[in-house]
Amino acid sequence: MSKIHVSTQVNGDAVEFLCDPEETLLDVLRDRLNLTGVKEGCGTGDCGACSVTLDGRLVCSCLVLGAEVEGSAVETVEGVATEDALHPIQRHLLEKAALQCGICTPGIIVAAKALLAQNSAPTEKEVRYWLAGNLCRCTGYDKIIRAVLSAAAEMRGESV
Amino acid sequence: MNKPDFKILGTRPIRPDGLDKVTGKAMFGADKSTTGMLHARILRSPHAHAEIVSIDTTKAEALTGVKAVITGADFDDVESRATRYTMQNCMAQGKALYDGHAIAAVAATSKKIAGEALKLIEVDYKILPHVTDVDAAMAPGAPVLHEGVKARKLGDEVSGNTVGYYSFGHGDPESGFEAADQVIERTFKTAATHQGYIEPHACLASLGADGRGELWCTTQGHYLVRELCAEILHIDASQLRVTASEIGGGFGGKTTIFIEPVALKLSQKAGKPVKLVMSRDEVFRASGPTMSASMDIKIGMSKSGKITAGHAKLRYQGGAFPYQMVMMGAMSAFAAYELEHVQSEGWDVMTNRPKMISYRAPGAPMAVYAVESVVDELCQKLGLDPIDTRLMNAAKEGSKSSYGPTFKAIGLVEALEAAKAHPHYSAPLAPNTGRGVSCGFWFNFGGQVSVSMAINADGTVSLIEGNPDIGGSRASISMMAAEALGIEFDRVRTIVGDTASVGFSDVTDGSRVTFAVGIATINAANAAIKEMCKRAAKIWEIDADAVEWANGAAQPTGHNAGAFPPMSLAEIAATSGKTGGPIAGHHEGAPDKAGVSFGVHLVDVEIDPETGFTAIKRYTAFQDVGKAIHPAYVEGQIQGGAVQGIGWALNEEYIYGEDGRLQNPGFLDYRIPVASDLPMINPVIIEVPNPGHPYGVRGCGETAIVPPLAAVSNGVARAIGERMFELPMSPPKILKALS
Amino acid sequence: MARVVIFGSLRVHTEGLAEVEIAATTTRDLLQKLVDRFPGLDNTVKAGVSLAIDGEVYKEAWFTPIADDSEVVVMPLMVGG
Repeated sequence: MSKIHVSTQVNGDAVEFLCDPEETLLDVLRDRLNLTGVKEGCGTGDCGACSVTLDGRLVCSCLVLGAEVEGSAVETVEGVATEDALHPIQRHLLEKAALQCGICTPGIIVAAKALLAQNSAPTEKEVRYWLAGNLCRCTGYDKIIRAVLSAAAEMRGESV
Repeated sequence: MNKPDFKILGTRPIRPDGLDKVTGKAMFGADKSTTGMLHARILRSPHAHAEIVSIDTTKAEALTGVKAVITGADFDDVESRATRYTMQNCMAQGKALYDGHAIAAVAATSKKIAGEALKLIEVDYKILPHVTDVDAAMAPGAPVLHEGVKARKLGDEVSGNTVGYYSFGHGDPESGFEAADQVIERTFKTAATHQGYIEPHACLASLGADGRGELWCTTQGHYLVRELCAEILHIDASQLRVTASEIGGGFGGKTTIFIEPVALKLSQKAGKPVKLVMSRDEVFRASGPTMSASMDIKIGMSKSGKITAGHAKLRYQGGAFPYQMVMMGAMSAFAAYELEHVQSEGWDVMTNRPKMISYRAPGAPMAVYAVESVVDELCQKLGLDPIDTRLMNAAKEGSKSSYGPTFKAIGLVEALEAAKAHPHYSAPLAPNTGRGVSCGFWFNFGGQVSVSMAINADGTVSLIEGNPDIGGSRASISMMAAEALGIEFDRVRTIVGDTASVGFSDVTDGSRVTFAVGIATINAANAAIKEMCKRAAKIWEIDADAVEWANGAAQPTGHNAGAFPPMSLAEIAATSGKTGGPIAGHHEGAPDKAGVSFGVHLVDVEIDPETGFTAIKRYTAFQDVGKAIHPAYVEGQIQGGAVQGIGWALNEEYIYGEDGRLQNPGFLDYRIPVASDLPMINPVIIEVPNPGHPYGVRGCGETAIVPPLAAVSNGVARAIGERMFELPMSPPKILKALS
Repeated sequence: MARVVIFGSLRVHTEGLAEVEIAATTTRDLLQKLVDRFPGLDNTVKAGVSLAIDGEVYKEAWFTPIADDSEVVVMPLMVGG
C-alpha cells in the first residue's frame, strides 16, 4: 500500500508529511519531522515518554497513527517554550533539580502542561495521579511533583 | 577534619545540561541520524536453550532494501574469555542460551524492511532442556549451559553451572551461635529485577573497510565500549572513536555492550552507517537484569541486643554466561555491623536467562535485605528497639569489617542517631501500618580518570572529562573546578569528551565520578593555577614561588605582598597568548581512598487488607555522603535509589514460564513505581567527610537502593503481624500471607 | 613484615591460613611474593585483586607503599553499577 499524505499542524506550524499506514505519530515526529524531543521508552503506551497533545488532549504518540492527525493540532515539548521564555513548568523543573537523566522530562512537561490547562490548582494527589502515566526511574518523582505544584502556584499569580 | 567554608560547594546551581533537556534539544542515543544511514533489527531466539543447527539467511539477503545480514559466524574468536562471553551474548555462536538471545541481524534501508527480512531468516534449532531457577540450576543433574567453567574448588554436590564460590569473614561463628540467647535462621528468595532505565539501548555506528570507525551510543562508559568493540572487531582502539550521547538512565545497566558490535559489523559489511535501537521488549529480554537470589541467613543475638554471630549463604543466578558478582553481596551482607564472629559464603550460578550486569550496588540489596530482615525479626522476638539494637552493633571507625578491611571514618552511627532523633521515628502509627528500619552500605570506588582544563582568553574555563553524566556530575565537576580556581560557577563549562579528545576513563559506575573526577579536576585546576602564577610572576618580574593564588587571582606574597594589585584569572588569561601561550591544566590518574557510604532508611507502610496493596505512607532516608557538592543532586540520588528499592520490594520481578520464556517484558507487567504509588521521599544528608578526598566527598549514588528492601519488608511484617521471606511482596502474595 | 589477611575462599591456596606475613615495600612486590609463596593464588592475582592497606582500599595500583607493620587485606576486584 502506498504512503498516506497528511496535512497537520505541529507546534503551531503547518506541516505536511508522507507516512506508512501503520506508522505511529511517534515515528513520524522523530523520523520524518526531526522532532526528537519526544522519546520512545516502550512503544506500548506504558511509559509516557512519548506524550504529546492532540487538539489539546494528552496522548501517547506511540498509540496514535501518523495518519490520524490529519487536520489536527499537535503539540510536542519543542512547542512548550515561547521564543522569549521557558514555560514556568520548564523553569521550575530546572530550579528544583527535578530532572536527572532527562529522558522522561519532555513527556512530563507536556503532561503537566495539559494538567494545568484544565486544573490550575491541583492537589499533590491529583498531580501524582495525573502523572502516573509518566514513568521516571531517576528521581523517585518527589522533586518533579514539587516543581509542578510550584509552577502551578506561580501561574496562579501566587508568590512561590 | 575541619569543615572549611566553601563558596560554591553546597549551593544548588542549575545544571548545565538542563536547558537542553527541558526543551527537547538534548541528544540521547536514538536521537542521532546521518546521511545514507541504514536501519538494523536483530532476530532473537524464542527458545530458552537450544543448539543452533543452522541459519539460512539467503532469502533475507535477497530482499530488496537489505544491505547486510550477519550471524555469529561473522565474528572471529577473541583471546580474552570474558570478552568472548560478551561477544557471544551480543550474537550467539553455537547455542541460543536464553529467550531473546541474538541470533542474527539485518541492516536495511528502512526499519520496516529490516523487520520483514528477519522473518525470512530460517533458523534450525534443536531445543535443549533449560533451567531458570537458581537452586534448580545449582542442583546436580541440571542442564549445564557451558562445560568446563565450574568453579575449581567445588565438588559434585553442585552442578557445572556453579561458576564461582566466595567466602569472607572471621572468628568462629559456631561458638558465637552457642553464646546467643536467640538464634534465627531463615531462607529468603528475591526475583531478578531490571535497572528499568527509560531509554532503551541505541547506537549509530559507522565502520569502514579500513578499520576506522565512529560510534555514537548511550553508555555509562564509552572507553569500555571502544575497548570491547575494538577487541571483538579486531581493529585498533585508536581507530574507533566513540561518543557518548546523553544517557537516559543507566544504573549499571549500561556498563557493558549489547548491540554496538552488531551495529559496527553490519556497518562494515554494508559500507554505510547503521542505526540500531532496542525495543523495550528487547531491553527486558536481552539486556542485563540483575541476579535473582536464594539465601540462608543465620544470626545469633544476646537478649540485650548484641549480635553474637552471623552466617550468610547466598546463591545468585546471573544468567547465561560465567560471571562474578556474588562476592559483592557476600562482602556487603554484614558490613553495617562490628562482629566478632561472621561468615558470608556466596555461589555464582548460570541459568538460561539474559546475562546479568550491574544494577546499583550490585549484589548488595538482596544480601542486606536478608540480613536486615533477620536482625529485625530478632529485635521483635527479644522486644528490642530496632535502631538501638543497630547502634549497639554498628560498625565505626576502627571496626574490623565483615569483609576484611578496618574501617576509617564512617557515618553509620551518625545516620542511626539522626534516624532515632527524627520525628518520623516517634510519630504515631495509623491502623494497618507498620514501621520498618534498615541499614545499607556501598563500597564506592576510585578508578581511572582524565581531565583537561583550558583557561580561555575571555576568563572562562573549558573542562573536558571522560565520564558520562548519569546523575548531574557535570554540574558538580564545574562546581569543584570553580571552587578550586576561585571563580564563578557559570564561568566553567564541563563537557564529556569523546574517546579521542581526552584520556582514558573507567566506566561511570561505583558511585565514583564526583569523587574521582573531582580529584582530577582539583589537580588540573592546581596545575593551571601554578601556570597562572608563573605568568603573573613574569609580568611582575618577581619569582614564581613568590606568587600565591587566592580568591580567583594571583597575588604577590612575602616581601612583595601588596606591591602589585591581584591579577584575576580573566586578566591573566587575556594576555596568555603573549606571556607564553594558552594556559591549561590537566590531570590523569587512578585515585584510591574512596570512602564507603552508609545509609539508614525509615518507612511507614500501610497494607490494605482487602487488596493486599502496600501504600508507602512516609519515607525518610538518611545517608552519609561525606560532602554534598550539589545537595539537590545528592538528594536526587537518595530519592531515586530509595524508590528503585521500593519497586524491588513490592512489585518488580522477572516472571518466567515453564517454557523458560520471559512473560512480562514490558512496563505494564514489569511494574516499576509510578508517581501515584509514592509520597514525598525525605532525604537527610549526613556529612562525615571522607579523609581521602580534598573536599571530603564519598560516593553517594548506590547506597540508597540497599536499605529499602528490608525497610519495606520489616514495615510490612510489623503491619500484618506476619513475616514474608520472598520479594516482591506484591498484593496477591500479601493477601496469601494474610489469609 | 606486613600482615596479609586472606579471605575465606582463598585460604584453600594458603594451606588454610587466614593471615600470612610478607615482607614487601609496595603492593606489586607484595603480590609477587604472595604468589611465589602460594602458587595456587596465581590465577586469582592475575584475574585481579584489590588491596586494603590499613583500611584504605587500593583498586589495582602497583606502587602503593606498604609500611613495615601494615595490615593488608586481599579483596576481589570490585564492581559497581
